[in-house]
Amino acid sequence: MTTTSRWRALTHHHLFWPVAVLVALLLVNVPFTPDFFAIHMTNGHLYGSLVSIVLFGSPLILVAVGMTLVIATGGIDLSVGAVVAITGALTCSYISDQADQGALSSVLLAMGLGLIAAVVCGLWNGFLVARMGIQPIIATLIIMVAGRGVAQLITDGQIITINSEPYKLIGGGYWLTLPFSIFVVAAVVAVTVLLTRRTALGLLVESVGGNAEASRLVGIRSMRIKIMVYVFCAVCAGIAGLMISSNTSAADGNNAGLWIELDAILAVVIGGTSLLGGRFSIGGTVIGALVIQTLTTTIYTIGVPTQTNLVFKAAVVIVVCLLQSPKFRAKVFGARAKAAAPAAPAAVAEPADSAPKMEVS
Amino acid sequence: MSTTTKTPATPGAPERRTTSRSARLLGDRRLPVLVTAGLFLVMYIVGLSRYQNYGFGDSQVFLNLFIDNGYLLVAAVGATFVIMSGGIDLSVGSVIGFTTMLTAWLVQDVGLPLLVVIPISLAVGAFGGFLMGYVIHNFEIQPFIVTLAGLFLFRGLCLVISKESIAIDDSEVSSLAQTRVPLGVGDLSIGAVVALVVLAAAFYILHYTRFGRRVYAIGGNEQSALLMGLPLGGTKIAVYTMSGFCSALAGLLFMLYIQSGDPLHAVGMELDAIAAVVIGGTLLTGGSGYVLGTLFGVLVLGLIKSIIQFEGTLSSWWTKIATGVLLCAFILIQRVMTTRKKN
Repeated sequence: MTTTSRWRALTHHHLFWPVAVLVALLLVNVPFTPDFFAIHMTNGHLYGSLVSIVLFGSPLILVAVGMTLVIATGGIDLSVGAVVAITGALTCSYISDQADQGALSSVLLAMGLGLIAAVVCGLWNGFLVARMGIQPIIATLIIMVAGRGVAQLITDGQIITINSEPYKLIGGGYWLTLPFSIFVVAAVVAVTVLLTRRTALGLLVESVGGNAEASRLVGIRSMRIKIMVYVFCAVCAGIAGLMISSNTSAADGNNAGLWIELDAILAVVIGGTSLLGGRFSIGGTVIGALVIQTLTTTIYTIGVPTQTNLVFKAAVVIVVCLLQSPKFRAKVFGARAKAAAPAAPAAVAEPADSAPKMEVS
Repeated sequence: MSTTTKTPATPGAPERRTTSRSARLLGDRRLPVLVTAGLFLVMYIVGLSRYQNYGFGDSQVFLNLFIDNGYLLVAAVGATFVIMSGGIDLSVGSVIGFTTMLTAWLVQDVGLPLLVVIPISLAVGAFGGFLMGYVIHNFEIQPFIVTLAGLFLFRGLCLVISKESIAIDDSEVSSLAQTRVPLGVGDLSIGAVVALVVLAAAFYILHYTRFGRRVYAIGGNEQSALLMGLPLGGTKIAVYTMSGFCSALAGLLFMLYIQSGDPLHAVGMELDAIAAVVIGGTLLTGGSGYVLGTLFGVLVLGLIKSIIQFEGTLSSWWTKIATGVLLCAFILIQRVMTTRKKN
């Protein structure tokens, strides 16, 4: 009896399914690449499939963490891909204008400029959503459409390539035997978790997502919280933009961060954060982003033609969403769940009959 | 058009005698359509004054707006239905791309006649939409996520068919693509005529049939539509099926327009379609709007492209920026209108 109840407690943990999918995906690789979990040291750098999954997944993790907080307030941010492109374009075009592209001060200044642009985008999104009360999906659509145009305007429609050693560090460099971007991601995730789980901030975000009007009435400045999460999300996207452009040493207004907003939303959903807002899980999001990156890597390693990548992604999205849908679980596992535990629906994470729209304000 | 303002589930603006004339004007739900039509006119006149000597005033330039944007119009009409019902369809661009790929592959590599390929493609698109609608309704998963999966799925299926683009040199296709319908002042392509027929059909369905009223009612308030006993599931699934069908049809027109299939055709076109619907004055929360507005939305977007072409020096990214600015302006107009309504 105790084992079954312990098993049920485990399967009902909000991270159970994401972790199970991640582990399953990792294990799929073993028959194809026997030394998949091996990590070896070359030239003082750690190499291995696991390291490269985290390395290539870093921009996605960053964007997804920012997206998590936005989604927790019941919003959504479609503009992150464009913000990635704008930040990369601005930073690279500033660096390429310098006589000495390797000078640390000008690289820092360029990165600062890029991040300021990201903050401006975030403020604009936050202003439209919180102040003007526009549906988030639409408000952020504006920068999603116009932002790529702006990025191309900055780079003059060209792909700007740069040659800067210090700038290379953030996306492609190594530090303490590990890729530097892993430290950046770890820092951002740690700060986010500390701010949201060790202070009341996370609670405020969730309460705004649960009911913006009610939380305003109990004295939470929901407008300010909303603007803050959009700015945070844009800054995360900005850092991801720096990483992507630094890794390729180039700014491409057209393709940098293309579809990253969709991957990020996917990561958030896989991680168990409800799109309706009101609760979130940073850990789940990180695992979700890793699931997506592992999926991509797996498709490469097991030798499936890479073009089927998107079909697999679609299948995973649907499976994960169906597993998380209370209605689907009730229909498929319904009889068993009812016999085993009449109170099972209460343990299910999402409220089944919440408001039909994700707009709260 | 006036009949639709009386649909039961979309209560009109408060029409008290005491409200001032300007308040009544702002509350009129026809306003965004009029603004878009006005904008189109202003842009057209500006274009005329700038490029008169380059032949901007030719009636054929105007008709080319329909020829060059017929596929977008069809896709946007499908998106109008979905958005009117309070949902969203992100798979539009992928379904268009997939249809061009599928038809090009069936005609070119398999060698089926075009008359067989067309119904197959339309059926595949409609079935895709049906599946998405089915999942959205029956498992209560957000339309956004389900159609996102659809976006990935169809784009992936494109690449499964072929990584390379397939050029079509089938004689039936090229003769159909080159057929022109003379109108006296110029001529239209088959694609443009089909697009106008789709528009007329959508106008009839949305404003003069029971189904159309259900779409408005569900978009206006899903709960009360359910309480009124409207068939929620059937209508929702039908709306997504229609959107899938329209996307597939748009894909066929696109294929005729470019005469090739390419896995990267129409990437991001769902955004153009959504932008056209918004600029056309349909409320994104659903329940309010006109399909004629969508026509003007598409025409405005098309006119931006033609003006940039005539300008010659402006680069194509200005199209994106201009679309974004317009989108922003119309979203703000919508916002002002909905606040008026609430008060």
